Amino acid sequence: MAVDRRIFLQETGKFLILTGVASVAFEHVLAGTAEAAENYHLTDHWWAMAIDIDKCIGCGGCVRACKAENHVPLEPFYFRTWVERYHVKPEDMEHPEVDSPDGGYDGFPERYAQGDGTKNFFVPKLCNHCAHSPCVQVCPVGATFESPDGVVLVDKSYCLGCRYCVQACPYGCRFIDPRTNTVDKCTLCYHRITKGLTTACCEVCPMGARRLGDLKDPKDPIHAFLRDHKIQVLKPQMATGAKVYYNDLDGSVR
Amino acid sequence: MPALDKDKRHLYRLAVLFAAGILAFLGLRAVMVPKGFGRYGFFRAGALTDIRSLPISYAGRAACADCHSDIVDMRKGSLHAQIGCEACHGPLEAHAAAPDTTKPRLPNGRALCLGCHLENVAKPASFPQVDPKEHGDAGPCTSCHNPHHPEIS
Repeated sequence: MAVDRRIFLQETGKFLILTGVASVAFEHVLAGTAEAAENYHLTDHWWAMAIDIDKCIGCGGCVRACKAENHVPLEPFYFRTWVERYHVKPEDMEHPEVDSPDGGYDGFPERYAQGDGTKNFFVPKLCNHCAHSPCVQVCPVGATFESPDGVVLVDKSYCLGCRYCVQACPYGCRFIDPRTNTVDKCTLCYHRITKGLTTACCEVCPMGARRLGDLKDPKDPIHAFLRDHKIQVLKPQMATGAKVYYNDLDGSVR
Repeated sequence: MPALDKDKRHLYRLAVLFAAGILAFLGLRAVMVPKGFGRYGFFRAGALTDIRSLPISYAGRAACADCHSDIVDMRKGSLHAQIGCEACHGPLEAHAAAPDTTKPRLPNGRALCLGCHLENVAKPASFPQVDPKEHGDAGPCTSCHNPHHPEIS
């Protein structure tokens, strides 16, 4: 029997379809079934944080609590959250003087004089848990990811330590943990918020300047916060879908 | 089935080679790709459980209120009422888990108070700030102020 074009195309088509179906089915077998989580449902949450710059007093409580809770190395150049002080001359808003002594771990020694015509304020910073994270996009192995409940996390057992994400983050929120040589960053205290607690930084903030919010919970006060204030995210022009919402964020803040 | 035609045999050989290649690929992938990878996205689903199971250090103010309701009552209506207990007393999950064996340290009053209340032009103007050289007599803040209800009536 000679194979004519019709039979050849038919058989090739069958082969392609069958292998396609088989590989999709195999993928499902490999993925297994979803683990049953007792009280916490990934799809019921979409985590965010609200920061009220008008309230921050630069005490550094959040920085200390974050390091204690998450065992961040104590050397003053590893931070999951830190506080910056801005010193802005109103006529030269483009060039603010920014400092962050030890990330604000021990507070801020006075550097500026009262009534010198400048604007001074603190800006707490942390991972913005972007919905379209540049850091996640560049990870070559899938070690960092956006969780289904809106938190950007790192799979430390899978990270190669290639540092692509450290460079990709426009907010400088990642560092290489010297103990493991893998990347480390704010987890939005994922081990706490999934147990019904707030983050360590929010727990200790004496001013209530930072508050964890669940955007999928209609009763969460974050909705009122976003509605009642003039809100901005950091670097909105980068379209990262940042979910750390600042009240009264000055235009000089980078 | 008649013997394979000479001009068909090479096609079957090719098909067998392809099948073996695909099987080898699938087998290798099953070994090399971790369990749960791809369930929620391009990552290992088990990482979520790993991170969730990390231990906590800060118990949260609700845990404190379970036993220390007297302090909760004392703080009511004060300017310090909204401050979490562990903001001053430090991480206390160990104490909450074993109240009898693990005791919290008493905070160092003066340094702790000044950590927030030391004058600084970058602080919001409405926030009560002091110059320790002018305010008080260099003694402990607690000789005048009760930290759980700092207003002097």
